[in-house]
Amino acid sequence: MGYQNRVAVVGAGLTRFMRRAQETGKELCFEAARMALDAAGLRPRDVEAVVMATAPDVFDGVHMKGEYLADGAGGFRKPYMRSFVGGGSGVFAAIHGWYHVASGHFDTVLVVAEEKMSSCLPHPQAAFNGIYDQFLERPLGVNLLWIFALEMNRYMQVHKIPQETIALVSAKNKKNGLDHPCAQDGIPGDYTVEEIVGSEVMVWPVTRLMVSPVTDAAAAMVMVSERVAKRITDKPVWVKGVGWHLDSSYWTNRDLYYPKYVEYAARMAYDMAGITDPRREIDVVEAYDPFAYKELHHMEGLLLCDKGEAPRLLDKGVTQRNGELPVCPSGGLLGVGNPIAAAGLMKVAEIFWQLRGEAGARQVSRPVRTGLAQAWGDLMQVGTVVVLGV
Amino acid sequence: MSVHIHDYPGVPLKDRDIGDGRVLTTEWHVKAQYAWDTGAALSKFFRGLKEGKIYGRWCPGCDRVMVPPRMFCEWCFRPTVRWVEVGDTGRVNTFSVSYVNWDASRSAVPRVPAVVELDGASPGMGIMHLLGGVGDTLEEILGRVKVGMPVQAVWKPPAERQGAITDILYFAPRPGGEE
Repeated sequence: MGYQNRVAVVGAGLTRFMRRAQETGKELCFEAARMALDAAGLRPRDVEAVVMATAPDVFDGVHMKGEYLADGAGGFRKPYMRSFVGGGSGVFAAIHGWYHVASGHFDTVLVVAEEKMSSCLPHPQAAFNGIYDQFLERPLGVNLLWIFALEMNRYMQVHKIPQETIALVSAKNKKNGLDHPCAQDGIPGDYTVEEIVGSEVMVWPVTRLMVSPVTDAAAAMVMVSERVAKRITDKPVWVKGVGWHLDSSYWTNRDLYYPKYVEYAARMAYDMAGITDPRREIDVVEAYDPFAYKELHHMEGLLLCDKGEAPRLLDKGVTQRNGELPVCPSGGLLGVGNPIAAAGLMKVAEIFWQLRGEAGARQVSRPVRTGLAQAWGDLMQVGTVVVLGV
Repeated sequence: MSVHIHDYPGVPLKDRDIGDGRVLTTEWHVKAQYAWDTGAALSKFFRGLKEGKIYGRWCPGCDRVMVPPRMFCEWCFRPTVRWVEVGDTGRVNTFSVSYVNWDASRSAVPRVPAVVELDGASPGMGIMHLLGGVGDTLEEILGRVKVGMPVQAVWKPPAERQGAITDILYFAPRPGGEE
């Protein structure tokens, strides 16, 4: 893949994660964007283009939501684009920001991701209904949890994984989230496997403590060319690789036990980054964890272990913050919250802070030079991957 | 967050903030109506369901019999060419036990969504539907349903069929089916 410019991340911002924010979506965008610019030491007029990631309009009941949010994201009188690939949007926004700069078109790009899910009453789950096939799936009363539960059970069956092992992901991430200053009230915590498996059965094998919450928040990141990075910072974090990949929307026609599309996205990013052995070369990972099993599923798709091996690494403590391959040191969606697009960009920001050594209580024990953030979305079918390095 | 950032913006609201009028809200109730044409492939599929038959579609490129049927093969990117009647029997590929309705409200009696691979379709060609006749409690259902279990469609009476996926009420364990 050819490109003009190396791209660096030079600042990131994040609002607190909340069940229901007083701020409007525009106001959340403004806060996150301002923080990211402050962190980078840049002014709004330095920004040449703005990228927005946010979920379907129907969540907010605001049509053309990208345009609605533009002013809050600093998109006024600037080249402005919204990208949307469902849950994969937050990480895809960083990819979108990357190619704006890598193309040579822009030197300084502001990436903003926003989600305000609480406006949809009584629950945004009902708004989700519009994503399923209107002929074959909606008449059966489908909801999002069904599909995750079907995939989780398939994964458990194929590899003979007990529900208790998968619950360890929730225990780890919810504990990690205790150290995140932006974590949503009541979401992080110190839970035992028994409490997690014994919490309300929503759609077996998914229990309440194995699923991430509804959240309002925004995240932002500043991405610049090498020329600008050298001028404004001594600690640039480079975008080493990006990858994205889409599978068929006929999700019942493929084996759900393994996310092949994540593998292809990862291979694309590794090729670009010159990574030939991700298990040795990746030091810290923010894998997408809207449901507990998803973190394991994605570690396998990211080629960080063999198929079916992720539960064993988890069980041995390898993926703890002090382990050899820390996964979701931020606390992830299970421990911090899940404002869909903003959650994905929060993961990229966490890798940025980890590589800068600025993550404070969340800083992983091992030295880190290369980190990876990944998200997943659309209709069980998209993988988005960003590899950062110093 | 970075150790260099000390102020995290955002004001979380509680229900009482709205109840007490500390924060004002504006409501919008949307009522949107749609009528979708079922298209070439699903029209035949739904007419088939009315007659108690399930149709798949064959692609000469990859030799797959596809259910749900489509007029083009997304692998070979060419038209599919032939209708194939598949069985109303199959096996459970995966299942779950749902206490949550489509709008996130809860139901006391669980439903059992499943992916069922139909006999006569190519391997791995599942459709999403429900299982029935497998118990009313989580314990009963988990004791009864296994991945790989043979199942058979339980149809609505012919007079009540509408040419919809719900013409199949659910899939039930197939008596005498080999485990």
